[in-house]
Amino acid sequence: MRALFADRHIGTDAAAQKEMLAVLGYPSVDALVDAAIPAGIRLPADAATTLPPAASEVEALAELRALASRNRVTRPMIGLGYFGTVTPAVIQRNVLENPSWYTAYTPYQPEISQGRLEALINFQTMVTDLTGLATANASMLDEGTAVVEGMLLARRASGAATNVFLVDADILPRTRALLAHRAEAVGIELVDSDFAALSPETSLPEAFGAVVQYPGASGRVWNPADAIARVQAAGGIAVVAADLLALALITSPGELGADVAVGTTQRFGVPLGFGGPHAGYMAVRAGLERQLPGRLVGVSQDANGYPAYRLSLQTREQHIRREKATSNICTAQVLLAVMASMYAVYHGPRGIKEIAHHANRLANLVVDALREGGVEPVHGLFFDTVQLRVPGRAAEVVAAADAEGVLLWQVDADTVQFSTDETTTSADALVVLRAVLGDAAPAELGFKPVSRSIDPAHMRQTEYLTHPVFQTHHSETGMMRYLKYLADKDYALDRGMIPLGSCTMKLNAATEMAAVTWPEFANLHPLAPEADTVGYRELIGQLSGWLADVTGYDEVSLQPNAGSQGELAGLLAIRGYHRANGGEHRTVCLIPSSAHGTNAASAVLAGMKVVVVACDELGNVDLADLRAKVAEHADELAALMVTYPSTHGVYEHDIREITDAVHAAGGQVYVDGANLNALLGYARFGDFGGDVSHLNLHKTFCIPHGGGGPGVGPVAAKAHLAPYLPFGTANPVSSAEYGSPSILPISWAYVRMMGAEGLRRATGSAVLAANYIAVRLREHYPVLYAGDNGLVAHECILDLRPLREATGVTVDDVAKRLIDYGFHAPTMSFPVAGTLMVEPTESEDLAELDRFVEAMIAIKAEADAVGAGTWPADDNPLANAPHTAESVIAGEWGHPYTREQAVYPVHALVHGGKYWPPVRRIDQAYGDRNLVCACPPVEAFA
Amino acid sequence: MSLPAELKYTAEHEWVAVDGDVARIGITDYAADKLGDVVFVDLPKVGSAAAAGRVVGEIESTKSVGELYAPVDGEVVEVNDAVVDDPSLVNSDPYGAGWMIAVRFTELPALLTADEYAALVAE
Repeated sequence: MRALFADRHIGTDAAAQKEMLAVLGYPSVDALVDAAIPAGIRLPADAATTLPPAASEVEALAELRALASRNRVTRPMIGLGYFGTVTPAVIQRNVLENPSWYTAYTPYQPEISQGRLEALINFQTMVTDLTGLATANASMLDEGTAVVEGMLLARRASGAATNVFLVDADILPRTRALLAHRAEAVGIELVDSDFAALSPETSLPEAFGAVVQYPGASGRVWNPADAIARVQAAGGIAVVAADLLALALITSPGELGADVAVGTTQRFGVPLGFGGPHAGYMAVRAGLERQLPGRLVGVSQDANGYPAYRLSLQTREQHIRREKATSNICTAQVLLAVMASMYAVYHGPRGIKEIAHHANRLANLVVDALREGGVEPVHGLFFDTVQLRVPGRAAEVVAAADAEGVLLWQVDADTVQFSTDETTTSADALVVLRAVLGDAAPAELGFKPVSRSIDPAHMRQTEYLTHPVFQTHHSETGMMRYLKYLADKDYALDRGMIPLGSCTMKLNAATEMAAVTWPEFANLHPLAPEADTVGYRELIGQLSGWLADVTGYDEVSLQPNAGSQGELAGLLAIRGYHRANGGEHRTVCLIPSSAHGTNAASAVLAGMKVVVVACDELGNVDLADLRAKVAEHADELAALMVTYPSTHGVYEHDIREITDAVHAAGGQVYVDGANLNALLGYARFGDFGGDVSHLNLHKTFCIPHGGGGPGVGPVAAKAHLAPYLPFGTANPVSSAEYGSPSILPISWAYVRMMGAEGLRRATGSAVLAANYIAVRLREHYPVLYAGDNGLVAHECILDLRPLREATGVTVDDVAKRLIDYGFHAPTMSFPVAGTLMVEPTESEDLAELDRFVEAMIAIKAEADAVGAGTWPADDNPLANAPHTAESVIAGEWGHPYTREQAVYPVHALVHGGKYWPPVRRIDQAYGDRNLVCACPPVEAFA
Repeated sequence: MSLPAELKYTAEHEWVAVDGDVARIGITDYAADKLGDVVFVDLPKVGSAAAAGRVVGEIESTKSVGELYAPVDGEVVEVNDAVVDDPSLVNSDPYGAGWMIAVRFTELPALLTADEYAALVAE
């Protein structure tokens, strides 16, 4: 029997769908979707497709094996921000390959996310310790974008009048290119400066900030304290892009006076993956913590006064600040940050120092032997990266090492460099020596003392990783149990439904995940020769082609590391297009008031001015206001950003009129693909007027959310915008050319196993599930918006404001009470305050949908009891939710409802896998007023 | 909702207490309630210029961000450091300990009375 993967991916089978359709009063899923999606944008059911027919799970894995076999696994010693590392097997198996970690969502509901919040606060502590700074965030997308964010932070924080930012001449080349692309759009002028060669007489140009690479891209280790002080003396903010492992041995940026440190944590046990995903980092000195972009985990307390973790300063985020947001970075690389933090937990400070010593010692072994052979390194002081002058022979040296399976980096025709790391062996060192010295190379490297390549005065003297968590879990048993202990605190898709509207928490199938850790995908350096990455490029080409096909576009770039970065890439493409066609003055970006705030933040970072378009009472774009705004700004109109279906979860009937009006005025249309799960197979952005879109592979195409990252936000566009998209070295928005390649096999496998028909069925099933929930709950909670024929798209908004009016019960109360019923809450107060947005996805089965519906109905009854005075407003199962085990067994039970009502509101939970939250409701205000973002002392938990 | 009759108000939900040529400014009880638990207050430096209708500060709660507008043209002569240290004062005592800044003004624009402000909020 050849089982169809689509039947495994879609939760509701034919019988269940029949039952649901009867509730809705439609004869078939197609009839339902016909009634919901406006006819004018529908793709004919028999439309041609380039997608191959669905493969079985076994077939897809075999094809992936064949692709993998066309990649060549070597020993990369290229460095430049990417290093060999050993992922401890206990971390690979229990984190990277464990759905309890990879299927969780961003920890917006902190009470059910304490495990990964603890892992993230370990990450923040690790980064603050090693960088010597006060506060670190919960990770950045990669090193290059972290440097860009450092630049933007410097401009905000310095208050200097100049628009000049100084860039170290020895910065990573890709970071320099990324800075240039991003700086130009926001009017920042980059000035290169050779900081290491700065003489006391040279005066620095006036600047709002500077970035120093430490150690330099050339491997040079030097003391930038003087350069930092001079930047600051002129009113600038000093950003140091530092190698975290090097900081185990050399003086930290904080001790050198830096304001900001940024970089990557890849070499802390995260596979190379041909460039990503990896967790970047950012840390700041005291006083700048409110300027940090991205996520910040802090400590607060729960209703019992116990310490509890949560996301801090959430009002910094885009959905609140919109065009005034300080960054468009919404997310982090949580799964990778967890891995990096666990690497530090597992190895502890001594282990980390030994790994740093190993890399440094191997580099010194090579350099000592080279000196004996008459070759001097370009820089005598280094940590793990060494540059060598080999006049006229660079290509030959690189080729000789390549022939022995070791990759070196050719800087220019006369210069090569190599980097050592945790994985480097003396055999690798001998390959380097043979490549450079030829027959003069030694036959072996015995154990011998090596020279010093770091100035003793520059060696690190301060301690790091001193918190007990970094001393405790060094045995594998201990580590395994710590990871299990943390995972048990969290609610992920392996426990139940996560009906978060706008997040598309669908199945991340085991087969889709399988290839991520195969060495042929995991262990490739992003700068590996093309001949070594044939399989990867083929997979990327196929996936890009399929994504273009299903969205109606011509070109797809997989480089953006998140939806926000896809937005930025798309808007920068529009900007590039207008400028190339004499439209420099076209800078106005129209954004409907219902749009996600990130749209506005991205537009600002693409150098555009945001003009808001009103929505009508049905939640749709107000056509009259759109026409008025288009007319008012016709000459300066750059683009409209519109989400389809809308953020209100509705198929707007007039989308064609909207896109036509913008095109008629010379503007471009950006269709935000956040809600593509409601459209795939039934309509295509490119067919109804979209010029460019970003997709979220971590929503529609099954890449797991990882607890808040990784994400992949490909940008797809019509041919006229293709020259301005991130391809190769042009228009970069990420450090790596292909962004996060190691997780692309997930989306490849999904499309390969679903085929065009399967994708279409998934969409129909998702729309069916959302409408089923809307109809079942409508009499208990008003459904706020609906489109044609009273239907919603793939999600529905439940209006809880009338409930609050009548009973005083809030959205928060309902969300936290759902935890007692064994659910993750829907999206709270987005896009409308006081509402819950429910997106069930196609992957949940009817029993789980019904369990959710019944929980919501039961909670409504509880709220009514509060409203009727049966329970006091401040002492009832909702106000006190969620209930921990301790809260119902400790001391006297003094509440007006029973303990059973508290924790077993549905009897089935007694035998049915009850989820016990580890903390009670968390005090949000306390945590923001008393900002603590590092591991609290152990006594706090006594 | 408490609205002291002796104060003046603005459409931006601020109150103004005039004493000679100095206006002391805070946000109303209504605004504090709408913001929710205030967790951070960012105020201008003493000596900086204030222009009527322009943003001079920020009031951040757990769920939202409000802006502090200068109701008058002038110079900031005093800021309330206590509310920066303990932002919860905005919620607990908006007309007293939760005041924000004092501005020495050149000319007092038309402001709302308590009754007029109450009517505005009721809309």
